Amino acid sequence: MLEWLSDNRSSIAAVIIVLLAITFVVSIFIGRRQTVLRAKDEVFGDPERTKGGWYWAVCGISALLLAWFYYSWGVGRAYFPSAANEMCQIAKLEESISPITAALPIGSRYYKSTLLVARNNNQLADLKNELPTEAFTAEEQAELKTILEQTSRLITNSSDPANLNKESEAKLAALGDQLKELTNELRAGPQGLTPTSEALAQPKWGVSDIEIPVLPMTAKGVLFDAVATKGQELTSTFVKIRNHIPVNDELIADTKERIAALKKANKTAEGDETVAETRNAYVKAVERIFKRLDDGFIFPAKSLDGINTAIGELNDAKDEARGSLGLIDAVFFPGDGVVKSKTQCTEQGSARWLPKPTDVVATFGKLANPDLESGGGYRGFPLLWWKWLPVGDVVGFVVPDWIADAWPGEYARHGADGKIEPNFKDKLLSVAQGEVELGSIPWLDGHIWDSLFRVLVALGLGIFIGVPLGLFMGVSKFFKSFFDPLIELYRPVPPLAWAPLILTIFGIQDDGKIFLLFMVAFAIMVISARTGASGTQLSKIRAAHSLGSTDRQIMWNVILPNAMPEILTGIRIAIGVCWGTLVAAEMLAGTTGVGFIENIARTVSDYELIWVTILIMGLLGLMFDLMMRWVIDKTIPWRGKG
Amino acid sequence: MSDLVCSDLSMTFTNPQTGAAVEALKDINFTLKKGELLSVLGPSGCGKTTLLNMIAGFLIPTGGNSTLGGNVIDGPGVERGMVFQQGALFEWLPVSKNVDYGLRMKNTDPAESRKLVEKWLDIVGLQGFGDTPTYQLSGGMQQRVALARCLINDPDVILMDEPLGALDALTREKMQSLVLELWKETGKTIMIITHSVEEALLLGERLFVMAPRPGRIYKEYNLPFAERGLTESLRDIKQDEHFSEVREEILTMIWDMEEEIMGRA
Ligand SMILES: Nc1ncnc2c1ncn2[C@@H]1O[C@H](COP(=O)(O)OP(=O)(O)O)[C@@H](O)[C@H]1O
Ligand SMILES: [Mg+2]
Repeated sequence: MLEWLSDNRSSIAAVIIVLLAITFVVSIFIGRRQTVLRAKDEVFGDPERTKGGWYWAVCGISALLLAWFYYSWGVGRAYFPSAANEMCQIAKLEESISPITAALPIGSRYYKSTLLVARNNNQLADLKNELPTEAFTAEEQAELKTILEQTSRLITNSSDPANLNKESEAKLAALGDQLKELTNELRAGPQGLTPTSEALAQPKWGVSDIEIPVLPMTAKGVLFDAVATKGQELTSTFVKIRNHIPVNDELIADTKERIAALKKANKTAEGDETVAETRNAYVKAVERIFKRLDDGFIFPAKSLDGINTAIGELNDAKDEARGSLGLIDAVFFPGDGVVKSKTQCTEQGSARWLPKPTDVVATFGKLANPDLESGGGYRGFPLLWWKWLPVGDVVGFVVPDWIADAWPGEYARHGADGKIEPNFKDKLLSVAQGEVELGSIPWLDGHIWDSLFRVLVALGLGIFIGVPLGLFMGVSKFFKSFFDPLIELYRPVPPLAWAPLILTIFGIQDDGKIFLLFMVAFAIMVISARTGASGTQLSKIRAAHSLGSTDRQIMWNVILPNAMPEILTGIRIAIGVCWGTLVAAEMLAGTTGVGFIENIARTVSDYELIWVTILIMGLLGLMFDLMMRWVIDKTIPWRGKG
Repeated sequence: MSDLVCSDLSMTFTNPQTGAAVEALKDINFTLKKGELLSVLGPSGCGKTTLLNMIAGFLIPTGGNSTLGGNVIDGPGVERGMVFQQGALFEWLPVSKNVDYGLRMKNTDPAESRKLVEKWLDIVGLQGFGDTPTYQLSGGMQQRVALARCLINDPDVILMDEPLGALDALTREKMQSLVLELWKETGKTIMIITHSVEEALLLGERLFVMAPRPGRIYKEYNLPFAERGLTESLRDIKQDEHFSEVREEILTMIWDMEEEIMGRA
């Protein structure tokens, strides 16, 4: 069943989306009708007007779910299941020719050559103006000016179409023709092309896998894929073409020599250190520009016009061949579409970090599956399940070893016959060390239970220690004055700031986390119990005294129940804060827990899992709060009525 | 012989910050015989509550002492029951648990407790309200619970600090009759503080008018109205000429005291 749901999530989404859309429209319709009905007998500002209105809640939730489906590409995937695969092939084509496009106005507004010319001209002019006259002799200055002038001529020469290297010219022309061929291939259409069997065997997008299949699965896709492969070859040819021209060869050799001579002079020159530094820096700057210009990256603009036009046509052909897919992309796949990177095609924009609702449910189903062998759970541990817990272990954990040590008598010694006769003290020790078989009980297990367990134990400890202390602090000067400063010293520090220290001292497993949470719960419980205790009406305490209560009876029968509303509110707050702290603490360290899952999901960018853990935490937090609200309503109906 | 005797009872409050001393009470002397009904009247701040709290044992006097049946009072005790202005009920307990609170504190047998609770709820007119939460009761009913809770402990003296002060006029009149009835039936010594002159006259076999600064007993009356209230209607007694006479006299007295305080302030 679960598998079937998981394997058909796309089709399920299609049905859900239609239902959501209907719900959305119907709820608005009902809401409007109700509003019209009620408008007459209610005045604005009357709080009674806010009562009811479930239809608006339904409307809001279905709108939210629809928006989620839309921005996560859930709608697109449900109704155009093969679109992403085709978009992936187009992305391949785009990726394959992107180095060519980037060097041309069609991709970058200017030719790459134009940008190079502009940049180097500017820098040459700057260098000319900044020549440090005080550091160089007049001759050297003249020499430097010559070098700059010759370098500048390299640019001029390269830009002149008359100087263009014949070989390069031929290569560029050939490339232009090959690009035209590609364009024609695209225009010819996908007739007669069929996807390979390997491609068809790929897991389908959103049916059995959430990743977009890379190999082309449609005729159109095959066409784009083939063109992309050829485009890849053209690109590698293009990036190797250089404009080395004979006119520049002599100039380059001469300039090189001049720069070398100057560098030599710099080395032998004596004198001031700052002057030497200035000389070195300047000559180095000149050499840097020169070196950039001696490797033939600058082409005459005219020589590239052919390629630019050819790429333009190829783009047009690509858009034509894409056909209605372009519209689908724009409407149903918000964001930057599909991008090919390395070996896979990835979703870009909101779909990247917002997983599809059905994928989230499927991920949750997989996580919640207690059968670890069939890939359920997470990292060899179920999400929430049960196991047989040996009672002996628990007893050993709870009973400290020193009880056996403190028992009167000696541990057994081995006798003359080499045998050991264990006495009672020995048996006690083995119980305390959890070595005694006491049978097993069913107990909860899993990541969620581990998280819950930590919170519940810490909260329990916080209540059992914090509440009595708080009550005493509410009625005793010693307790108040002695403990108040101690608690106020650690409480204002955010719990997570303590975490590194606590986890070092108590270990990253349960102990450390429980202690950290205990600190949080303890402070809250002390403060709330204290507030509750000190708020007891004096007349109630006096009445209790006159009715013959001892101090202890007053504590138990008057002050504690009187503080109950504050204590329960404190517990409610403490659960919330502990829960928040725990998840963060689990993200810091540990090997189990909901926060641990999210932490791992974060490092591998598994957005489905991240969202699942976020939802689990939210739902559990909500559950805690509702439970406490229910408990408060049931147990202290007298609240605020004393 | 469980008489309540106050001899030279004095109370001086010292403000711990300023060191200023207030003589709340000075040299109070009186003896209240077993079964007497005493009402205490006086302008606000004359020390009525302080006096009651010292007898209850909540305050330790700074001078003199008070004894009950010869024992010096040095703390609260079951032999002196208290009824406060606002019930001071335990709102987390239902009526019956409030009433048997004192019994539970001394581990009385539950079956016996139950009988006693029923008896006292009957007497104060709350039969059938045992399981009702106290916060659902009206003010008058809450005071009835407070009375039952105090009486079930069988105290020698009942001390009441403006017990009917927060009730509406009708309820108040009913409660006044109830107090008189209880006095007659139980024969307890009762000391009741009030700021209503009429109530003091109706509920006082003896009546102290107190004066402030320092707090002292200004004048004492012995009155027949409480005795008559046991048989006659309270409304008839209020029409009585003697009643009006005393009422006017005391009103003038307190009025003058208030004037003096205002003048001095
Ligand atoms: N705890 C206290 N500390 C200081 N002064 C007090 C305290 N309790 C009462 N007083 C003062 O003692 C006087 C008598 O108060 P109280 O007995 O409450 O008067 P009453 O009940 O007659 O209105 C008042 O002036 C009051 O300000
Ligand atoms: Mg008072």
